[in-house]
Amino acid sequence: MSFRARHLLGIEHLSPSDITTILDLADKYVDLNRRTVKQSDVLAGLTQINMFFENSTRTQASFELAGKRLGADVMNMAVGASSVKKGETLIDTALTLNAMHPDLLVVRHPSSGAVNLLADKVNCAVLNAGDGRHEHPTQALLDALTIRRAKGRIQRLTVAICGDIAHSRVARSNLILLNKMENRIRLIAPPTLMPAGVGDFGCELFDDMRPGLEGADVVMMLRLQRERMDGGFIPSEREYYHRFGLDAEKLSHAKPDAIVMHPGPMNRGVELDGELADDINRSVIQEQVEMGVAVRMACMDLLARNLRAQRGAAALAAAGGVMV
Amino acid sequence: MTLHFSNARLINPEAGTDDVGSLTIVGGSITALNAPAPEGATVIDCGGDCLAPGIVDWGVKIGEPGERHKESFRSAGLAAAAGGVTTMIVRPDTSPAIDTPEALEFVTRRAAESVVRIRHMAALTKGRAGHEMTEIGFLLDAGAVAFTDVFNVSNDTKALSRALVYARAMGALVVGHPQEMGLSSGASATSGKFASLRGIPAVSNMAERIGLDRDIGLVEMTGARYHADQITTARALPALARAKANGFDVTAGVSIHHLTLNEIDVGDYRTFFKFTPPLRSEEDRLAVVQALADGLIDVVGSFHTPADEESKRLPFEDAAAGAVGLQTLLPAALRLYHAGHISLPALWRALALNPANRLGLPQGRLGVGAPADLVRFDPDAPYILDRATLASKSKNTPFDGCRMEGKVKATYVAGALVFKG
Repeated sequence: MSFRARHLLGIEHLSPSDITTILDLADKYVDLNRRTVKQSDVLAGLTQINMFFENSTRTQASFELAGKRLGADVMNMAVGASSVKKGETLIDTALTLNAMHPDLLVVRHPSSGAVNLLADKVNCAVLNAGDGRHEHPTQALLDALTIRRAKGRIQRLTVAICGDIAHSRVARSNLILLNKMENRIRLIAPPTLMPAGVGDFGCELFDDMRPGLEGADVVMMLRLQRERMDGGFIPSEREYYHRFGLDAEKLSHAKPDAIVMHPGPMNRGVELDGELADDINRSVIQEQVEMGVAVRMACMDLLARNLRAQRGAAALAAAGGVMV
Repeated sequence: MTLHFSNARLINPEAGTDDVGSLTIVGGSITALNAPAPEGATVIDCGGDCLAPGIVDWGVKIGEPGERHKESFRSAGLAAAAGGVTTMIVRPDTSPAIDTPEALEFVTRRAAESVVRIRHMAALTKGRAGHEMTEIGFLLDAGAVAFTDVFNVSNDTKALSRALVYARAMGALVVGHPQEMGLSSGASATSGKFASLRGIPAVSNMAERIGLDRDIGLVEMTGARYHADQITTARALPALARAKANGFDVTAGVSIHHLTLNEIDVGDYRTFFKFTPPLRSEEDRLAVVQALADGLIDVVGSFHTPADEESKRLPFEDAAAGAVGLQTLLPAALRLYHAGHISLPALWRALALNPANRLGLPQGRLGVGAPADLVRFDPDAPYILDRATLASKSKNTPFDGCRMEGKVKATYVAGALVFKG
C-alpha cells in the first residue's frame, strides 16, 4: 500500500497510486454500505471532530456517517456559532481542540489555505473538507470513484467541467486529479467565471457549451456560487441558463453515453435542467452522494492507519527500541 | 572629532564611481575625499570594505502613535542603524493619522528617541479618508517633507485634484499609491495561474497601470509634484516613461520585496509574503529590476511595515500585509548587485541620493560638505538570516532562514557611530 500521508489537505499532494489506493479501498466500503449491517470497527476508539467554519449539511453529514460506520466517536462542532464570534483566532480554536486529543479532524473553512495553517498546529490527522476556493479533495475523489464505476476506468476520458470555475474548489481539485490520472479536460465557463492563467494547467478552455461538450465522456456541472460572488459576474440567471445551463439539447453534443455529474446542492433551472438531473440513464448525481460516504470512509481509514503506525513508531523510539 | 577612513571602497552615487580611496570627516560633515589623513585624526582602516552614503529609506511605518507594541521610534532607529539606514522617511498611516500640525509635532518629539535621522510625511487628506485636504501649509511649516494617504487611494477625484493643485501652490511633494481600487479591492494576490491554483482572490496587474494613468492625468491637470510610491508591474512602466518624457514632475519608487521576490514565494500561504501591492510574476519583477537599472524607477525602499505575530498567523486573505525591512534592505538590495543587474553606485542612487534629492535633503551624497551619514559594509560576507536577531519589535520578515550576502560593519549619523557590527 502506497498511501503514507499524514493529512489529506489536497489532491495536489497525492500521487496517482495514492489516488488508486483510496479508490480501491472505497470500492470495498461501497459494498459494506449496501449491506443491512453497515458497521466496521477500523476506527474504534478513535475520536473524529468535524469542524465546519462554513455552513454545510451534506458534506458534514457524509463525514459524520462515514466516521460512525467505521466505529469512531464523532463530534460535530458548529464553529461559526461559537468561539469565532467571541474573537478567538483559528489557531487558538485548533489548539484548544488539539488539547482534547482528537485523532481525526475534518475541517471546512471559507478562506483558502486555512486548513493547511491549522494542520501545522495539531498532532492528529487533518482532512480538508473544503477551504475557500482552494481544494475539496474528498469531492474530487468521490467524483473519480463515480466516474470509474460508471466508465470502468479513470484514465483517457474526456471530461468537461462547466460553470462557475472561478469560485469553485471542486473544479480545482477535480482538475488536478483528472490531470494526474491522464484525462483530457475541458473547462467551459463564461469568461468572468474562468480563473486567470488556468489554461496553463493542461486543459482546454471554452466559452461555448456546444463545442466544449463535443465528444465528452463526462459532464461535470458546477453550482453557481452566489455566496462567493461580489456582484456582476453574469447578467442574469436566465441568460446564464440559456447559454451555460445543461439541457438535453446541449448534452446531445457529448457522447451518447456521457454521464452528468453535479457536486450539489444544485440550482435546478440555473445550471442544470431539472428533468436531466433526474434522468437515471444520464445523471449520476445520487451515486456521487453514495460514493461520498465510501470515499470518506476510505480516506479516514487510511489516515488512521498512518496515524497508528506513526504513533507506534514514536512510542517504540521513545522506549529506545528499534523497528525491525 | 576627525575621522579618516582609509583603504575604503568608496561608493559615490553622484559621481557614479566605485574606487578604493579615503574619506575624511570632521564634526558632522565630509571634509575631504582621497586626501591624506589630517593631523590628529583617528584613522580607520576599512580593509577594502565598502563605504557609502547612509540609506535614505522612504516609506517606513512606525507604530507611534497607536501601535507602539509593533514598533517604536527607538526600536526602529536601532533596526535602521543595524541596516545602514541613516534617514527614515516615516509614513503617516498611524492611528490616528498624522494629519494635523499637532500630531506632527508629537511624532517629531517622539522621534528624538531614534539614533538615526527621521523626517516625516503627513497625510494628504484628513484621516487619510480622501475627501478633505489637510493643512498642507501648516504641516510644511512643521516639517513635513511630503504628503500621502499611503495605501488609501481616494476615488474622490475632485477632492484629490483640489489637494494636488493646493499642494502645487505650496511646492509640496505628493506621494501617491497607483492603484485602481475598484479593481483591486478584496484581492490579496496578483491574478495569474499561481493565485488561481491557490484559490486566493486576486487582482490584475493592470490595476496599477490604470491607477498610475489617473494620477498622471491629475498631475498634467494640476502641475503637482508627484512621486508614485511603488511601481511593481511591467505594464505600468511605459506610462511612467511617457510621463517623464513629457516633462511632468514625476518620480517613482519600488519596494525591495518586489525587486527580490515573486508571487511563487507565497508557497503554501506564507503570510510573511503578503504585501501591498501583492507580489508579482517573475516577468514583472525582472522588468522592474531593469527599469531600476535604467533609472526609470528612481527610488528603492524597504516599506518597513511591522506586524505582530497575531496579525500574520491568520488565513492568507485575512492576514496583515507588509514586512519589516530596515535591516534587510541593504543585503536584499545587494542581491541585485551580485546577480549582475546593477552597479553599486547606481544602486546607491536609488537607495540614498535620489530619495534625498527628491525630498530636498542634503543626505545621500559622498561629496565634500555633505553630512557624514555613512554605512560601511562588506558586500560579500555571507550569513543566514535569523529573524529573532532583528532589532525591530516585529519580526515579520520574508527573508527568515534565507542566505544573505552583505553585512553592515558600521553606521555613522552626522559623524557619530550609531552601529558597529
